[in-house]
Amino acid sequence: MILLSLFWEFFKTGLFATGGGMATLPFLYRMSETKGWFTAAQLADMVAVSESTPGPIGVNMATYVGYTTAGIPGSLIATIGLITPSIIIILIIARILQKFRTNKTVDAAFYGLRPCSVGLIAAAGLLVVKIALFTLDHYAETHVLLDALNLKAILLAAVLLFLTRGVKQVKKLHPIFFILASAVIGIVFKF
Amino acid sequence: MNKSRISLLELFLTFAKVGVMTFGGGYAMLPILDRELIEKRAWATNEELMDYYAVGQCTPGVIAVNTATFIGNKLAGPIGGVIASLGVVFPSVVIITLIAGILTSFADIPAVKSAFAGIRVCVCVLIFNSVLKLYKSAVIDKAALVIFGAVLVCSFFFKVSPVILVVTSAVLGILLTMWGVRGK
Repeated sequence: MILLSLFWEFFKTGLFATGGGMATLPFLYRMSETKGWFTAAQLADMVAVSESTPGPIGVNMATYVGYTTAGIPGSLIATIGLITPSIIIILIIARILQKFRTNKTVDAAFYGLRPCSVGLIAAAGLLVVKIALFTLDHYAETHVLLDALNLKAILLAAVLLFLTRGVKQVKKLHPIFFILASAVIGIVFKF
Repeated sequence: MNKSRISLLELFLTFAKVGVMTFGGGYAMLPILDRELIEKRAWATNEELMDYYAVGQCTPGVIAVNTATFIGNKLAGPIGGVIASLGVVFPSVVIITLIAGILTSFADIPAVKSAFAGIRVCVCVLIFNSVLKLYKSAVIDKAALVIFGAVLVCSFFFKVSPVILVVTSAVLGILLTMWGVRGK
């Protein structure tokens, strides 16, 4: 029964892949080897699509793999399989935290966790900066320092930074407005 | 916030909205969560969001789903956790199924590539703004500043696993408090 097998494979992925969507990738490669539901080349395409569509990347990949393997029921079952362990684990942790919220040790642990959380988010942000604003591959070829900078992207970033931080009337706009405007600018100016 | 005042439908739709507006993984969700849940609806605080992200980092699964489960559970109990998670994945399932069925070479279309290159620039700026905002409520003393800096360097330059960083920071938080360094 392929649906049951899909559920189980994605349940295991959801249970063991820790640290975000891309952490599911090694599990998916293994799945393609052991199950033969899809090829490694297909998987590369799925990653590209998952990154180019809205939604959490891990969920997008599960849906895509599920669809490729067993159509629409497959996409549903794979996604539900992926998120089931998360939901169970988080509900248990939330209950434990609620019980010990006033505990001094738990409070002290979160005092250390919060700057760590912001540090991790900042590091993830820097990774996007590296990909979006710099063209390090191009620099490696030409060794011209100016070639390391994606000038169009840096200009757009500067304008966005100014608009979202400096201009009072614009600042309050919903983030999706800036995202969609950037998509249009990307197309028009061939980013 | 009164639990009974939030309907499950509202929870589902709000998280579906967050899901459809998230481009590029769990971290890109942060500016959207900030606007939809903290600013518009006051369903969570900055501190809670950071706590959920920290726990979501070191527990298995997709971070976006972990965060949705936490917030849904807080607002409407375990059923709320399930509904919020289903909401956040719903747009993905619909969009990916459509693309997989119709456009197999979606990611190769030049306009799609250009659009996402533009979106990535925007995501940088939005994450930067979120980090500044969270920084103010998390880095409250010198010790917290050291933890922030060390985690940033270890994660970005040395690719240290987030699990190790989260566990170490929690232990440090406890030790620093015991030694009376906290708040100085």
